[in-house]
Amino acid sequence: MTDRDETFDKVAELIAPFNKKNAPLTDTTTFAGDLEWDSLVVMDFVATIEDEFDILITMNMQAEIETVGQLVNAIEQLRNEGE
Amino acid sequence: MTDATIDSLDPAAHAAPDGSGQDLFSKFDALIAERQALLDTGVKDPFGLVMETVLSPTRAIIQGKETILLGTYNYMGMTFDPDVIAAGKKALDEYGSGTTGSRVLNGTYQGHAECEQALKDFYGTKHAMVFSTGYQANLGLMSTIAGKKDYIILDADSHASIYDGCFLGDAQLVRFRHNSLEDLEKKLGRLPPEAGKLVVLEGVYSMLGDIAPLKEMVAVAKKYGAMIVVDEAHGMGFFGENGRGVFEEAGVEADVDFVVGTFSKSVGTVGGFVVSNHPKFEVLRLVCRPYVFTASLPPSVVATAATSIRKLMHAGDKRAHLWKNSKRLHKGLTDLGFKLATDEPQSAIIAVLLPDQQTTVVMWQALLDSGLYVNMARPPATPAGTYLLRCSLCAEHSDEEVGQIIAMFEAAGRAIGVIA
Repeated sequence: MTDRDETFDKVAELIAPFNKKNAPLTDTTTFAGDLEWDSLVVMDFVATIEDEFDILITMNMQAEIETVGQLVNAIEQLRNEGE
Repeated sequence: MTDATIDSLDPAAHAAPDGSGQDLFSKFDALIAERQALLDTGVKDPFGLVMETVLSPTRAIIQGKETILLGTYNYMGMTFDPDVIAAGKKALDEYGSGTTGSRVLNGTYQGHAECEQALKDFYGTKHAMVFSTGYQANLGLMSTIAGKKDYIILDADSHASIYDGCFLGDAQLVRFRHNSLEDLEKKLGRLPPEAGKLVVLEGVYSMLGDIAPLKEMVAVAKKYGAMIVVDEAHGMGFFGENGRGVFEEAGVEADVDFVVGTFSKSVGTVGGFVVSNHPKFEVLRLVCRPYVFTASLPPSVVATAATSIRKLMHAGDKRAHLWKNSKRLHKGLTDLGFKLATDEPQSAIIAVLLPDQQTTVVMWQALLDSGLYVNMARPPATPAGTYLLRCSLCAEHSDEEVGQIIAMFEAAGRAIGVIA
């Protein structure tokens, strides 16, 4: 299992409590479309991700992240930058 | 609001011309349909009201009926102050109706300089810069002083002008939970220590009328080396001994780098400003686009603003009456069983929470029909999912009027079933 797979699994685990529709999660699952999250849910979820990985995802970065896969990539990148 | 205006918004009446691409307005179809469905239930448009005659800071004729105004942010009731009116008339006679120019070209008159001096005296600062609106003051400050490598750390419930100022600029944006000291510190702690940082706070948050814990938040921001701006749009006039705002009352004047404000609330006209003691502050006049690339305020406006600001320095009695009004309305509505946004009266804004849009509009209209105007507010202006009727009190509301207001809420609330 690669680091990226582990990150994906962790992200999927953190999405679960916010996944009211039980939408299947893949790299291409979108937050706004498939998960139907509004801005309030996004803010709560981003805070959860930030706490879990001890990173900071700026609003500028959030604007570029539309899918679960993009989020996982961004987390990987931020963690590598932090090391 | 006329019927013609409503008809003109009918999407069917504006099909895209033949041979053209997609109608760019089609993205608004859902909003147009939602609005029409609401109006079809027989209510008036809460966002299309016309004040036919304005009688005083607290009274106007709306739909032919004399109405008490409880949604104007005219906190200190300065709009009809005789000295303010006289100053405006004199400036109109002596300097004309407008400047037709930018502040940095032909648009700075003696009156603009005097208005900035009045602000410096009011705030006790070395510098003051007057913008054409409060919106532009925030637009200008946020977009200009924070560059691509800098961070702006802002409250999630910040006013649209703060968000828009951030989006106009290039800074990295970090949002913290509304009024959460813990979240603010967490975000600051994760930022590069050497990076430039601007923490943006508001004294009073205008939708719910709650105030920020500025003493604690300013201390945390300082600890992480951030510069601090406090928007006192809704705090100027009646917080603090000199009416400077919540930051004065919190005792953090020495640690706040910039204060943003507006003339369109307690001051009673239109315009915006930033005051500061930063030694390089004046350079903003050359680099701040929302300051440079727009026409300056008309001479009559800066004259009324300057006169009003100087009178607000000595408005202790008005401040006391406004607090009395705010506390009385908060208690009166609470006792009637209304759900309010704050447990205690924190400002001159009392927000009544209602369950949904339909109930809110019906209640709004019932109040209007009985002769009371309040603001209806809905997302995205409000925090997510919140529908509310926002009341803003005025120092000129008499004791008798506050009594009438509470009685009107009681009658409307009972008729609609919002209260038992």
